[in-house]
Amino acid sequence: MHPILQAEDVTKTFDGFRAINALNFYLFPGELRTVIGPNGAGKSTFFDLLTGRAKPDTGGIEYSPIPDSPATDLTKLNEYEIQRLGIGRKFQTPSVFAEHTVFTNLVLSLKGPRGVFASLFHRLDSSARDRLDALLKLVRLDDKRHWKAGLLSHGEKQWLEIGMLLASEPRVLLVDEPAAGMTDEETHRTGELLLSLAGKHSIVVVEHDMSFVKQISVNGQVTVLHQGSVLCEGKFDDVQSHPKVREVYLGRGKN
Amino acid sequence: MSASAQLPDVEPRFFTRAQWAAFLVPTLVLALVLPLLNAALPAEHLLRPSDFTLNLYGKYATYAVLALGVDLLWGYLGILSLGQALFFALGGYAFGMHLLLMIGKDGQYKSDLPDYMVFLGYKALPGHWEPFYSFPFAAAAVLVVPALVAFVFGWLAFRSRIKGVYLSILTQALTYAAALLFFRNDFGFGGNNGFTDFKRVLGADLNSPATRRGLYLASVLLLAGVFLLYRWLTRAKFGHLMQAIRDGENRVLFSGYATARYKLFVFVLVAAITGVAGALYVPQVGIINPSEMTPEKSLEAVVWVAVGGRGTLLGPILGALFVNALKSWATRAAPELWLYIIGGLFIVVVLFLPGGLISLPAKFRAAWAKLRPPPPAPAAPAAPAGDLHP
Repeated sequence: MHPILQAEDVTKTFDGFRAINALNFYLFPGELRTVIGPNGAGKSTFFDLLTGRAKPDTGGIEYSPIPDSPATDLTKLNEYEIQRLGIGRKFQTPSVFAEHTVFTNLVLSLKGPRGVFASLFHRLDSSARDRLDALLKLVRLDDKRHWKAGLLSHGEKQWLEIGMLLASEPRVLLVDEPAAGMTDEETHRTGELLLSLAGKHSIVVVEHDMSFVKQISVNGQVTVLHQGSVLCEGKFDDVQSHPKVREVYLGRGKN
Repeated sequence: MSASAQLPDVEPRFFTRAQWAAFLVPTLVLALVLPLLNAALPAEHLLRPSDFTLNLYGKYATYAVLALGVDLLWGYLGILSLGQALFFALGGYAFGMHLLLMIGKDGQYKSDLPDYMVFLGYKALPGHWEPFYSFPFAAAAVLVVPALVAFVFGWLAFRSRIKGVYLSILTQALTYAAALLFFRNDFGFGGNNGFTDFKRVLGADLNSPATRRGLYLASVLLLAGVFLLYRWLTRAKFGHLMQAIRDGENRVLFSGYATARYKLFVFVLVAAITGVAGALYVPQVGIINPSEMTPEKSLEAVVWVAVGGRGTLLGPILGALFVNALKSWATRAAPELWLYIIGGLFIVVVLFLPGGLISLPAKFRAAWAKLRPPPPAPAAPAAPAGDLHP
């Protein structure tokens, strides 16, 4: 199978510090991949490179949503161009439009023309309304659709941002620490949501919470980043028992 | 009962009935009643607004259009431009060129050339002045010149993702640089003195009460039209995106919108409209010179918006009227104190009334509600905010 997203031999340096060092990463269609790694391992920089926020010094990042058709070089594109290709990103701190209602937050994220004039003369048709209703139910914010997003709890904001991502109907979801600031129950539900989205979407989740990682990686692979490159990759249990991983990450504080 | 039951997903009207009344009544009074009273009543009649009053209100209306532009950028889009008076002055200069040429041989030197050109020893009219004999050309230049300057500046600044205080400083530098340029005699626009002594517009005598009424009326109608346009703009999905850019540009960018293009569009649109306001301002005050584009003029417009209430469309109009009425009074009563008054006003508003004058009624209502015992109402769900129903 051909990867939908691949990064090969990617290096990114900030003021002499190698945030990403000869990184190779392959994401396959429909996969739910979890990325873990200690602070400073390069997880956020990696997302920045995938979404056009930062450009790699060397190496290539390619996106091929349709098998057997030419891949797109993502290193040449900026944030909004990459989003329009179908790669959505959720930030670590929930970034929703605090002054807008939950409903409007989703309307602004809905897939559709993004130009100035399209926005001036935009109207919501009934199929879009149905889609918004379905999304509101999915992220359990149906009864708060007219709330200002700034009034939501931290966990609800995270869900709203996931809903905003889904509203744009991406092929690839890049999700940075979705469970941060959530209660155990919310975390578990988030995990179930992500598991249900896998298959239809290809998903990369960066996470610190190990029980959450265990939950969402039940069928998928875990990638461990360390000092800007992949330390190891595999099933959760294999990764957890990997001696190098225990040394740099899981085992810290035990000796 | 859920919040959504209270607020069904129906398209709210552009204006409610009460809002239409609140818009139409003052518009009709200003655009119809005042000019009619001025024209029909004898000069000494108690109810007759004087020529001076109409002229003053006309000037305020052009200021209010300038303020609305500042607010659209600052209050809605989150761009604090400290150079909006530049576009006002550029529109004024573009129209002033036409007015200057319309003086004809009635100037001090009885020459076809404008007075300052005779004085500076010009032999002939510079080529780029020729088209300004045409009213349609000058009217187009009033829109295009400010828009073009805004486009070049905005394109460079927004593409480079300059924002926040850096952008504010750049806009201020832009207007300051333009002022320095226009102050120079050899830049060719009358230097320090600018253009003045205008005689007629479209063949009508600028000093006649009828012409002055016409200019006043045009200013009031411009204000009403711009208000409606901005109202439409801010309620469209476009307007919600503007506010989204203000509150979290990253999220908008990562939602697939080229935010720089949105900013550029608003910046250029506002510049063109502000230029029209400047063009109507100049014949009413009878002069345009580079002091109109010095940074303090732009800063004053920011104060009007802050005092009136930014992020609303009524606030900037109120602020422009209030601060300028205060200025008219203060510059007669205590001219040396004006800068302290406006500075103090700004500080007071920032510290104690961040929502501006427009937020006062709500504050009074809240204070009144506190004084009265709370009614035994059922706990309402969180207040539904204004929704987007395009």
